[in-house]
Amino acid sequence: MGEYQTYQHDVLVIGSGGAGLRAAIEASSHGVSVGLVCKSMLGKAHTVMAEGGIAAALGNVDNRDNWKVHFSDTMRGGQYINNWRMAELHAKESPERVRELEAWGAAFDRTKDGRILQRNFGGHKYPRLAHVGDRTGLEMIRTLQDHGIHQGMEVYMEYTITRLLKNENRVIGAVAYTRDRGRFVIFKAKAVIMASGGLGKAYKITSNSWDCTGDGHALAYEAGAQLLDMEFVQFHPTGMVWPPSVKGILVTEGVRGEGGILLNNEGRRFMFDEIPDNYKSQTADNPEEGWRYTQGDKSARRPPELLTRDHAARCIVKEIKEGRGSPHGGVLLDISWIKEKLPNSVEHIKRKLPSMYHQFKQLADIDITQEKMEVGPTTHYVMGGIRVNADTQMSTLPGLFACGECAAGINGANRLGGNSLSDLLVLGKRAGEYAANFANENESGVINLDYIDRVTKEALKPFERAQGMATAEGPYQIQNDLQELMQDYVGIVRNEDEMRAALVGIKKLWKRINNVSVDGNREFNPGWHTALDLSNLLTVSEAITLSALERKESRGAHFREDYPEKTESFGKINIVIQKDDDGNMQVKYDPIPQMPDDLIKIIEEMK
Amino acid sequence: MPKATFSIWRGNGSAGQFVDYETEVSDGMVVLDAIHQIQAEKANDLACRWNCKAGKCGSCSAEVNGMPKLMCMTRLNDLPLEKPITVEPMKSFPLIKDLITDVSWNYRVKKKIKKFNPRPPDKADGTWLISQADIDRVQEFRKCIECFLCQDVCHVLREHTLHEEFIGPRALVYVAALEMHPLDTENRNKDLKKAHGIGYCNITKCCTNVCPEEITITDNAIIPLKERVVDELYDPVTRFIRLFSNQESK
Ligand SMILES: Cc1cc2nc3c(=O)[nH]c(=O)nc-3n(C[C@H](O)[C@H](O)[C@H](O)COP(=O)(O)OP(=O)(O)OC[C@H]3O[C@@H](n4cnc5c(N)ncnc54)[C@H](O)[C@@H]3O)c2cc1C
Ligand code: SF4
Ligand code: SF4
Ligand code: FES
Repeated sequence: MGEYQTYQHDVLVIGSGGAGLRAAIEASSHGVSVGLVCKSMLGKAHTVMAEGGIAAALGNVDNRDNWKVHFSDTMRGGQYINNWRMAELHAKESPERVRELEAWGAAFDRTKDGRILQRNFGGHKYPRLAHVGDRTGLEMIRTLQDHGIHQGMEVYMEYTITRLLKNENRVIGAVAYTRDRGRFVIFKAKAVIMASGGLGKAYKITSNSWDCTGDGHALAYEAGAQLLDMEFVQFHPTGMVWPPSVKGILVTEGVRGEGGILLNNEGRRFMFDEIPDNYKSQTADNPEEGWRYTQGDKSARRPPELLTRDHAARCIVKEIKEGRGSPHGGVLLDISWIKEKLPNSVEHIKRKLPSMYHQFKQLADIDITQEKMEVGPTTHYVMGGIRVNADTQMSTLPGLFACGECAAGINGANRLGGNSLSDLLVLGKRAGEYAANFANENESGVINLDYIDRVTKEALKPFERAQGMATAEGPYQIQNDLQELMQDYVGIVRNEDEMRAALVGIKKLWKRINNVSVDGNREFNPGWHTALDLSNLLTVSEAITLSALERKESRGAHFREDYPEKTESFGKINIVIQKDDDGNMQVKYDPIPQMPDDLIKIIEEMK
Repeated sequence: MPKATFSIWRGNGSAGQFVDYETEVSDGMVVLDAIHQIQAEKANDLACRWNCKAGKCGSCSAEVNGMPKLMCMTRLNDLPLEKPITVEPMKSFPLIKDLITDVSWNYRVKKKIKKFNPRPPDKADGTWLISQADIDRVQEFRKCIECFLCQDVCHVLREHTLHEEFIGPRALVYVAALEMHPLDTENRNKDLKKAHGIGYCNITKCCTNVCPEEITITDNAIIPLKERVVDELYDPVTRFIRLFSNQESK
């Protein structure tokens, strides 16, 4: 039996993005001991890349805004299959969470009278996103990090969790390896919070970093927790398309919020062509009105560029497919045109969108104050994830909590921009609080060392298979093949046949990962790390595909060309994934609980 | 497709050497792309850090042809590809492996700096009123992505290894962000002088020159901090003379 360094905490938080940090801060404030584990370094999690802002109905820019409007916007965006209780808590509590960030040192952009400035974003009725230029994520993660390090938590950087540990049916810890030395360690905890972020790396074109391999989704599933809404993967309408090496890198929706317009190669603003019925009354019917909206005219309605992401992404795909795309297979996004409207447009753009200016200038030789950008859809966010209780964020497994992108519920079929950062804060805080309570009420469990021996032995197998063996292959090719499979068959536009083919492909890939081999030793070895992530990627890919096959309709981010309409019956259910006793992935329908009358009334009033 | 050679440092804390790898280069590629390509094709275990690939996370710092750079923002068409491109790890920190160094010292240093301490809220609802101009001043410092390239070039750390005495430019930028924050009430001048060793900085501006976020580290952060320290902590006579000469020069 191996010897393992063991760390013990009351609450173990996996992931140091916005969700994990907020949860860790909260748990610490309840006086319990907290360990925070992350596979990249502190302050580098995916949250750092968020650009546009944090959605919260502060009402600083438009005082007609309040939690009820935010709630109904979120539900409308999610096509009413969201967990309404989460959407309610999120809308009510996000203003407080944003103000708290300011109290911890965040320096948000200001209104003329000195309050936190808010900007327009897709699907939000009023200007609602608190922001710092277009680097809000950096401001948020740094604020949480700098506050968090003084709250007494222990941070374990570059430790990757590979398994959750259970006692009976309760989660009692986790196994990890250290990236630098490749040593296995044990974390014992009375409660575990999963905050591992997204799974964009299951796709070829993505705005996500290497971190986002769906580890939390997969580990929770393996341990027996339920996953929910996995068919809903958000494709952001605007990623970079050229040069090839930056394909997928995000172009913030803030560009459109500041007046940027989408054009096809004929120079036409195609977004005006098709406006969904449930947004007609809120959408401008001419360019002039749209412009006035972006400049804060309260009597104007939003331009069609600011419709929800699922819709915008599909309109773009249509233009490209029908031959009206840009030279490198995207469409054009133009912010430079505002020089017709604003005398100081160059300064204005650089000030409002500094990192976009920088990004295009340095990576594509394009000056966005003068030239159009080429953009196309990119895999961005997963609405689906670990099923949790709305108030406590506890999963279906006792002792396992989840928050942030790896948890499901709040976004339903489509997330509105800005609702993720606020979700990290609101539900992250709740997860921290309830996990601390849970830890206070429970003892630590007994670790089964045999099990740990087994999983560590398994993890070391890629070193034993020599590259030269006929069946052996490296991890990168497998990862690449999976990404292409998901991109081609389970992407923005889906159908039964292609998804069946994807399942066959996934099955083959499961076989191939049994033969994966890596060079070198356990010291900081990215090849080995990639090999270990593969099973997580496959698990989440399978979950996405199975759920997507089951939802025989089109709703939000999930679009089926064989079932292009939304149906009432699918509007009443969520799709749930769980492992059965034989280790097979099971799919089932679960009815959405009845919404209470007061919330129904709010939605009716806001229509 | 054209090819280029990359001479990459391979090794750990005890031994290592440059190894040449040839790989294809295409339009718009950055150094990090080349590293990834080499990793996938020939050296699965080549260690490097990255996250965002867009200059936002500060993970991919290294020295490219001797210059401290973010690999994800260094375009190959800005480099002389007819010669091998050298890529090596930062020098101010202990090497872990290949392009990866142990930067944990930076995190420890930060923890020693007195934390943000705001004045009481201006309004009953717990909020503050702040002008955009005041915010702009700290936003320059808050742009920092903690890439630690400035720490890498600062001779006080790189050549003189005074890590115990001097917190380095990144941490001074952090102190400046706190000190100039419109809400902060803490006084960090004593620490700056003693524990943080601001006196070791002799304003060579090497740090400013490498900062990928274009933060004017020396002029906007360090010099004003030095002035605060002088104003508050030097003996009254010097202070008097300084005030006097300042007045004269006006
Ligand atoms: C370019 C871009 C721009 C965006 N802009 C916005 C925006 O303007 N507004 C908005 O609301 N949302 C935005 N989003 C979405 C938002 O940033 C993310 O959804 C959110 O940051 C996710 O936060 P998180 O805390 O859940 O996870 P992350 O920030 O992804 O953090 C995950 C953490 O888990 C760790 N981890 C993962 N697996 C393991 C493991 N096995 N072991 C140990 N640690 C592990 C990682 O190291 C990391 O620390 C944007 C996303 C992108 C990509
Ligand atoms: S200016 Fe000061 S901090 Fe910057 S590199 Fe020179 S000595 Fe170091
Ligand atoms: S100040 Fe500049 S160079 Fe130094 S760590 Fe920050 S971003 Fe990097
Ligand atoms: S990978 Fe994030 S800065 Fe280079």
